[in-house]
Amino acid sequence: MLNFNMLSLKQRRRLNTVLLGTLAWGVALVIFFPIFWMILTSFKTEIDAFATPPQLFFTPTLENYTQINERSDYFHFAWNSVVVSFGSTIIGMMIAVPAAYSMAFFETKRTKTTLLWMLSTKMLPPVGVLVPIYLLFKDMGMLDTRLGLVIIYTLINLPIMVWMAYTYFKEIPKEVLEAARMDGASLLQEIWRVLLPMSKGGLASTVLLSLILCWNEAFWSLNLTASKAAPLTALIASYSSPEGLFWAKLSAVSTLACAPILIFGWFSQKQLVRGLSFGAVK
Amino acid sequence: MADLTITNLRKSYGDVEILKGINLAIKDHEFVVFVGPSGCGKSTLLRSIAGLEEVTSGEIFLDGKEITELAPAKRDLAMVFQSYALYPHMTVRKNMSFALELAGDSKDVINTKVTEAARILELEPLLERKPKDLSGGQRQRVAIGRSIVRNPKVFLFDEPLSNLDAALRIQMRLELARLHHDLNATMIYVTHDQVEAMTLADKVVVLSQGQIEQVGSPMELYHHPVNQFVAGFLGMPKMSFLPGKVVGSDADGVDVELMAGPGVRVPVTSEGVSIGQKVTLGVRPEHIRVTAADESDFHGILDIAEHLGSDTFCYVKTDTKETLTVRTPGDFSGAYGDRIGLSLDLQHCHLFDEQGMAIAKLNRAPEPA
Ligand SMILES: Nc1ncnc2c1ncn2[C@@H]1O[C@H](COP(=O)(O)OP(=O)(O)OP(=O)(O)O)[C@@H](O)[C@H]1O
Ligand SMILES: [Mg+2]
Repeated sequence: MLNFNMLSLKQRRRLNTVLLGTLAWGVALVIFFPIFWMILTSFKTEIDAFATPPQLFFTPTLENYTQINERSDYFHFAWNSVVVSFGSTIIGMMIAVPAAYSMAFFETKRTKTTLLWMLSTKMLPPVGVLVPIYLLFKDMGMLDTRLGLVIIYTLINLPIMVWMAYTYFKEIPKEVLEAARMDGASLLQEIWRVLLPMSKGGLASTVLLSLILCWNEAFWSLNLTASKAAPLTALIASYSSPEGLFWAKLSAVSTLACAPILIFGWFSQKQLVRGLSFGAVK
Repeated sequence: MADLTITNLRKSYGDVEILKGINLAIKDHEFVVFVGPSGCGKSTLLRSIAGLEEVTSGEIFLDGKEITELAPAKRDLAMVFQSYALYPHMTVRKNMSFALELAGDSKDVINTKVTEAARILELEPLLERKPKDLSGGQRQRVAIGRSIVRNPKVFLFDEPLSNLDAALRIQMRLELARLHHDLNATMIYVTHDQVEAMTLADKVVVLSQGQIEQVGSPMELYHHPVNQFVAGFLGMPKMSFLPGKVVGSDADGVDVELMAGPGVRVPVTSEGVSIGQKVTLGVRPEHIRVTAADESDFHGILDIAEHLGSDTFCYVKTDTKETLTVRTPGDFSGAYGDRIGLSLDLQHCHLFDEQGMAIAKLNRAPEPA
């Protein structure tokens, strides 16, 4: 019988590591499984994809991908995704950095309240403002435009971006910025040459998160675009209707839509993990 | 040239007034030290001079030009922070050249100035390192280097040595004194370490609760404090205070009867002193002598004696339970609980009235030049 109390400290620590490791792997597998299954399905024929019980072993085919390539212009949608994601992230950062700077270094009595209020707007279900926004966009002729999407994405992501940048700026000792001011730096030089380099890790995570959120956003892109400005999420949706569900093709198009951001995420995972733990891991 | 004049400076945070009307004149080349207890507003005053805090009212003039509203960058002052505040992403060289780059100096000029500063502060081997790879003392030297390359009108220091260990502190203190001498610069220095204040300053400014208590040379403050606060604040160990009341006075001094027993005659002016008035006698540890119990009419019980080697500081309880600090020679051999006699050097004692203001001495020692 294994008695936990009888283990030495070292053994206990090792056991802990093993248990934690197993758990982490388990969770990771559960989370990754749908993606794995999607990729797998994308290489099946439609018949195989429907088979019960599901098949793990089959003859892979590229047929789905060729069909998608014939039916729709992948690069049109991908380009829209790129433009919209990067556009809104750049504009978002240009607003979030000054906002967070003033909140972090020139705090007033209402700064905390403002931050909370900003975050609370994220709790509103987006569908609640769909109609007014739709009408507004219609009046301004921004339906199905990339500019429209950029604006809406910037607005929905700003609270998170400001909040994140604020958290990173808070970790920077204010004396360093004051030293720059004493050294003769203007406001812009202080931000550009001292603040940004000092928080570049955190800000990079903010940028990454914003890119990912924009890339994956599906509510507004489906409702505000039709074809001209439609990003990859809209492409996926177009495969789920109206002729019924084609699992294999749907999986293939999803794979194509996810691939860029997955690869991107893979390369930046270290940065992302560090950033999302909000400076807890140094 | 760098004359700094501050007139009626006030600063409030919300309803709390932190600086309550500061008037101060600092002359060119002076080493001025602000001392005072924690929270009295030293840093706030320094930061107001730097332009890092907005003041509520009052004016600051530098060389006759008003700078009260000027941005810190435009004041031509350099500041060394307690936390060093180095740019962590820049090498030592970059840290020092940053201000010069912003000012638009040419590469050659920057190089010469940085090399010179590095030589003065012995930083040459460290120029390519990042701040995180330096020790505390080295970081402090970089922070000082960063300020001297600019050749500013006034150097501002906010407790620059308080994060260093004792030995390094003494070394840096000497370096600062040397630097002040070599650069012939105007320096304002905040500290609550009175050894730093006494050793570095040409002029000490004692602050308490947002007000200036006294301004003067270290020796003047030590020997002629204007009030009980300054008297008690400067000096290690502290001056002891004995309550008493005036029983008589004439042109040669004031007779005081101490609560603790003896009557003493203190050579202070009798002007404005009335019989029966409550007063406090202040006496420094070095101005009390321990005698045999039967040689004096002033007695006490020996409490703890601290042997420092060169000196022994004795804490003595009087019959009325006041504690006196007495400096005795290093070989002092009294034991805990001994009853001892005390003799006061009345020439050097201070007398304070009920408001804690010093009563002027008759025999004011001539100022050391
Ligand atoms: N931003 C602020 N808001 C409100 N009060 C403040 C602020 N900054 C400082 N104070 C108050 O002002 C007073 C003076 O502060 P200051 O930092 O000048 O003291 P100090 O003399 O430098 O003390 P120390 O020796 O501890 O550094 C303190 O009571 C402090 O609580
Ligand atoms: Mg301070």
